[in-house]
Amino acid sequence: MEIYLALLVGCFFIVSIYLLLSKYVIRILLGVAILSNAVNLLIFTAGRLNREVPPIIPEALQVPAEATANPLPQALILTAIVISFSFFAFLLVLGFRSFQDLNTDDTDNMRFAEPVDPPPPPEGY
Amino acid sequence: MAGDSGKTIDLTGVMVEATLQPADYLVVAPVVIPILFGALHLMLRNRSVNHGFMAILGMALLTLATFGLLQRVLETGPVTMTMGRWLPPFGISFSVDVAGALLAFTSALIALGGAVYGAATATALETRYGFYPFFMLMMAGVSGAFLTGDVFNLYVWFEVLLISSFGMIVLGSEQRQLDGTMKYAFLNLVATTMFLVATGLLYGTLGTLNMADIWQKLNASGEVRGPVMTIAVLYFLAFAMKAAAFPLNFWLPASYHTPKYLVSALFAGLLTKVGVYALLRISLMLFSDQRDQLALFMAWVAALTMLIGVLGALAQREVRRVLGYLVISGIGTMLAGLAIGSQTAVAGVLVYAVHSMIVMAALYLAAGIMNRLSGSADMAGGGGLYAASPMLAGAFLILAFSVSGLPPTSGFWGKFVLVKSALEVGAWWLAFVILLSGLLTTIAIFRVWTFAFWRGGPEGTPDGAEGWTVNALDAKFRLHAALTVGVLTAMTFALGLAPEMLLSAAADGARSLLYPMSYVDSAFGGVSQ
Repeated sequence: MEIYLALLVGCFFIVSIYLLLSKYVIRILLGVAILSNAVNLLIFTAGRLNREVPPIIPEALQVPAEATANPLPQALILTAIVISFSFFAFLLVLGFRSFQDLNTDDTDNMRFAEPVDPPPPPEGY
Repeated sequence: MAGDSGKTIDLTGVMVEATLQPADYLVVAPVVIPILFGALHLMLRNRSVNHGFMAILGMALLTLATFGLLQRVLETGPVTMTMGRWLPPFGISFSVDVAGALLAFTSALIALGGAVYGAATATALETRYGFYPFFMLMMAGVSGAFLTGDVFNLYVWFEVLLISSFGMIVLGSEQRQLDGTMKYAFLNLVATTMFLVATGLLYGTLGTLNMADIWQKLNASGEVRGPVMTIAVLYFLAFAMKAAAFPLNFWLPASYHTPKYLVSALFAGLLTKVGVYALLRISLMLFSDQRDQLALFMAWVAALTMLIGVLGALAQREVRRVLGYLVISGIGTMLAGLAIGSQTAVAGVLVYAVHSMIVMAALYLAAGIMNRLSGSADMAGGGGLYAASPMLAGAFLILAFSVSGLPPTSGFWGKFVLVKSALEVGAWWLAFVILLSGLLTTIAIFRVWTFAFWRGGPEGTPDGAEGWTVNALDAKFRLHAALTVGVLTAMTFALGLAPEMLLSAAADGARSLLYPMSYVDSAFGGVSQ
């Protein structure tokens, strides 16, 4: 089972890197979304996959009676999902706002902070 | 606590049994205080009158808390507070040693200065758009990253400081700010994602995320199977990108000159140093064998970062872009110490980090005053500022000495220790690059000083020409700015004259990074395994 998920994670990484290398902001954003999902699946796979019961301990016992699923990767992924979702929301708004104000979503034309031909540094005193 | 099941479990090894002393809460106070003040600022968002005062109060409390923590750690060694009473590897802990506490204290001091400066510069609109909540939460993230003892927790604090820094950098929404934020946000996001990838793989390999436990598993058992080298390299990649090391540095000069000056100062003082601290913690303490194998590669990265940074600074015209490249060059100097890896070198990195935080923040704030005086962000567009403000000219001169690493300032000691440790291990070429970058930094920063202060007026006006006047500053800004820049300058000067305390604290910090037995002991509540 792990091998298939590992392959899927690899595919996600390939797709997201391809999209991140694009010069259009909206495609980079899609790359970011897929990248965060790739990482979430990676953590999930790294935490070992098995078909066990949820880690609930019966009232009378102190340890689970049988083998249980690992709850920690799920907690980690939950945190990571929340964070990456909020980042994605911020970046989406940022991209939209930049498109409105800069009139472009082509990163090659985004040279407002760093002009193409900046003036040379002063030479003489 | 034995249940009816008949299975009795010995809990002494896994739980914190002792009750907490009030002083133990110092460990989390540096995170709690900024979060509380951030929430307060957010609730009072519509009444923006007293926000500046509240921020100063909050940062003063933070400074006191981190100072108390530093004192305690220097006296008793590493301190740990474990959440939910479960000892690692089960619970999340905050583990503080001298290295973390020293950097947390310095960052709190910078933030206090930033709050004082901000009280005079933040406009009602900026306050309304949440400048102070972002500032406070960024400080929570910075302190949390310095103090946490858990890798995943470190990731979370990185995200906290990152998303607040996004808010701060875009505040104002000018075209170049939007552009700068784009590059800053996307590249930093990729870096933290790499960090998360490495953390996921680390969990898969070792089954633990607590730093003390990772150290035990990696170093005690001898052979660890799994992609440890891959994980170490991924961590190095992620944090080098955060710290803006060559060739992953291009987001920094693209964005650091766009926000308001105070924001630039806070970013330059704090954020890249969090990356350096994470590099130290991860590669020295956890992956020390892998660091030894990567040392030569790290040395190359360090040398190139130093040189590219300072050459970039020489090619710039705008004061803040010069400073941005100097930040990068300073990061290279710290990476050189990491590449050498001896105890003296690591102490040198800590000294240099403290120095760099103070000086870079002060330089950016001074650039803010220069911009207000001359109305130009360009070094040659201003000019004649010596006549306008001799005090500022003097302070900038001291800061210029400090950033170049000349005595009698704190920059000298950091570079001195690093060069000495490089020569001790025979890496003479690294020592040469450190000194060369120092020389080039001197040229870059003194050119700024010459053009902005020494010249009679802006470019085009003949020296001594009449009719060139600088803008007047309002009294409140003058007071707050003079106080902030003055105190930071005095600090770098004082640390240059009397560096013994800093040097001995840094030596302690280096020892606890390289030989973390007491750190691990404290994390396991004294029940070492």
